[in-house]
Amino acid sequence: MIAALIFYMFAGLAVVSAGLVVTARNPVHSVLFLILCFFNAAGLFLLLGAEFLAMVLVVVYVGAVAVMFLFVVMMLDINFLRLREGVAQYLPTGAVIGVVLLIELAMSFAGWSFAPDVEAMLASPAPTGGEITNTAALGQLIYTKYVYLFQASGVVLLIAMIGAILLTHRSRSGVRKQKIYDQVGVTAKDRIEIRKVSTGGGI
Amino acid sequence: MVDMLSGLLPPELWRLIVIVLQILVIVVPLLVAVAYLTYAERKVIGAIQLRKGPNVVGPLGLLQPLADGAKLFLKETIFPSGSNKVVFVMAPMLTFTLALIAWAVIPFDEGWVLADINVGMLYLFAISSLGVYGIIMSGWASNSKYAFLGGLRSAAQMVSYEVSMGLVIISVLITVGSLNLTDIVMKQKETVWFVIPHLPMFVIFIVSILAETNRAPFDLAESESELVAGYNVEYSAMTFAMFFLGEYANMILMSGMAVVLFLGGWLPIVDVAPFNWIPGVIWFALKVCAVLFVFLWVRATFPRYRYDQLMRLGWKIFLPFSLIWVVLTSGVLVAFGWLPGQG
Repeated sequence: MIAALIFYMFAGLAVVSAGLVVTARNPVHSVLFLILCFFNAAGLFLLLGAEFLAMVLVVVYVGAVAVMFLFVVMMLDINFLRLREGVAQYLPTGAVIGVVLLIELAMSFAGWSFAPDVEAMLASPAPTGGEITNTAALGQLIYTKYVYLFQASGVVLLIAMIGAILLTHRSRSGVRKQKIYDQVGVTAKDRIEIRKVSTGGGI
Repeated sequence: MVDMLSGLLPPELWRLIVIVLQILVIVVPLLVAVAYLTYAERKVIGAIQLRKGPNVVGPLGLLQPLADGAKLFLKETIFPSGSNKVVFVMAPMLTFTLALIAWAVIPFDEGWVLADINVGMLYLFAISSLGVYGIIMSGWASNSKYAFLGGLRSAAQMVSYEVSMGLVIISVLITVGSLNLTDIVMKQKETVWFVIPHLPMFVIFIVSILAETNRAPFDLAESESELVAGYNVEYSAMTFAMFFLGEYANMILMSGMAVVLFLGGWLPIVDVAPFNWIPGVIWFALKVCAVLFVFLWVRATFPRYRYDQLMRLGWKIFLPFSLIWVVLTSGVLVAFGWLPGQG
C-alpha cells in the first residue's frame, strides 16, 4: 500500500517535472525541473531495489551533468521574449515530427513481443537471495561477461574527451604562464649576484 | 513502558515515531555541535593569532553562539530587487537540508546508524556532489555580479575536486570490498586503520574536503577581498544563517567521512584495557574533533590559493596521482591475494 503510494508520488512528480522542463518560461527553471525529474527517476530505481543505479544516477546526472547544464544556461544571456517569437512558425514542423515519432513508437509497441526463450532468462531487477548485494551482482556481470563492451564504452568516452579537448585547445601567444618547476628550482645564485664594488668606482 | 506504548499504537505508526526520534537524536546534537564549532573556530584562530577570541557573553564566551543565533533570528530578511525569489529562498534551504540528510548513513558506533544501507558510501558521495546546487542557485538568484562570480567559481571548484575525491574513495572501497560504512570500519578493525596503507590518499582526501567545503585556503567562493563575500553576499538573517549552518554541518560531515574511511571510525586507538572501556561514540567524536581542528588550523595558517593554482592542483596533481594509486592498490591486492571476496 505504502510502496504503491510512494511509486505514484515519484512517477507523478517525474512526469509533471518533465512536462515543466519543456514549458517553463525561464531556462534556469527548466534545468532545475530537470534535476527534480532525475531525482524522481532515482527514487523509482530505489523502489525497484536497484540501489546502485539510483545512486549512480544522482552522482552522474544530478551531480555532474546537470551542474554543467545549469552552468551554461546561467551564463547565456537569453532574451526570454525573443525565445518565444518563433513558436508559431516552428510549431507545425515540430508537431509533425512529434506525431511521426508517436506513430512509430505505437507501431513498434503493438508489434512487440518477447523472444520465445526470454521468459526463462528473465531475471528480477534485484538479486532476491539476499546473500549478494545489488552492487556486487552488477560488478560480477560487468567485469566478467560484458568486460569487452564495458572497456569499449570507456574507450568511446575517452575519444569524446580527447575530441573535446582538441576542439577547444588553442595555443595563444603572449600569455605569461606560471612555471612552477622553474620557480621551485631557483637557487640564490640565479637571483642575486654579489659584487665587490671598489670605492668611487661604481659598477 | 516502551512495550506498553508500542502495544497501543499500530506497528507502522510506532516505527514512524521511532524513526523520527532517532532523527532528532542525530540532528539536535549536530546543531549544537555546529553552534560550538563556530565558537571553537573563533577561539582556536584567536589563540593562533595571540588574541583571546569571544570572552564576553557567558563564562569564557560560551554563550556567544546562542547570542549570534538570536541576533540572526531577529534580523530582517532582505530580498534584493530583481532577484528570483523562489530560487533565492530555496538555495539556503537546500544547502542546509543536504548537510543534514547525509548523516543518515554515518555509523557512530557499531550498529548506531540510522540507515545501514549497502551503498552508504555512494549515498554520501551523491549527497556531497549535490552541495554545489545551493551555491550556484544562490549565486544566480541573487542577481548580483559578486554573488554570481562566487557561485560559478565554487561550482567549478567543487566539480573538479569531486573527481579526485571519488578516486580516493574507490581505492579505499576496493580494499574493503563493500560500500557499506559499517563494513569499512569493521575491515579496519580486522587489519589496520587505512590511514597507514593509504597515507597519501588520506592527505589528498583532507585537502579535497577543504576544497569541497569551500574552506580556507580554497575559499575562493567567498574571497572577501575580491568578491565581498561571494555567493552569500545578498543574504541576511535566517537565510544567511542557514548557509552558515549548512557550511559548518558540512565540515563536520566531511570530517566524519574522513574518520570512517581512514581513521577507524569508532575504534579505539589500541584495543587494550583503558582505551576500549571508552564507548565508541566518544572515540568517533574525538576523532571528528581532531579533523575539525585541522580545518581551523589550516584556515589560520595558509594564505588563499589563486584560482589557476587551485585548478592545477586538482586536475594536474591530485587526479593523476589518485588514479595511479587506484591501479597500485588493486595491483597489490591481487598480487598478495588480499582482494576481498577472493580468499
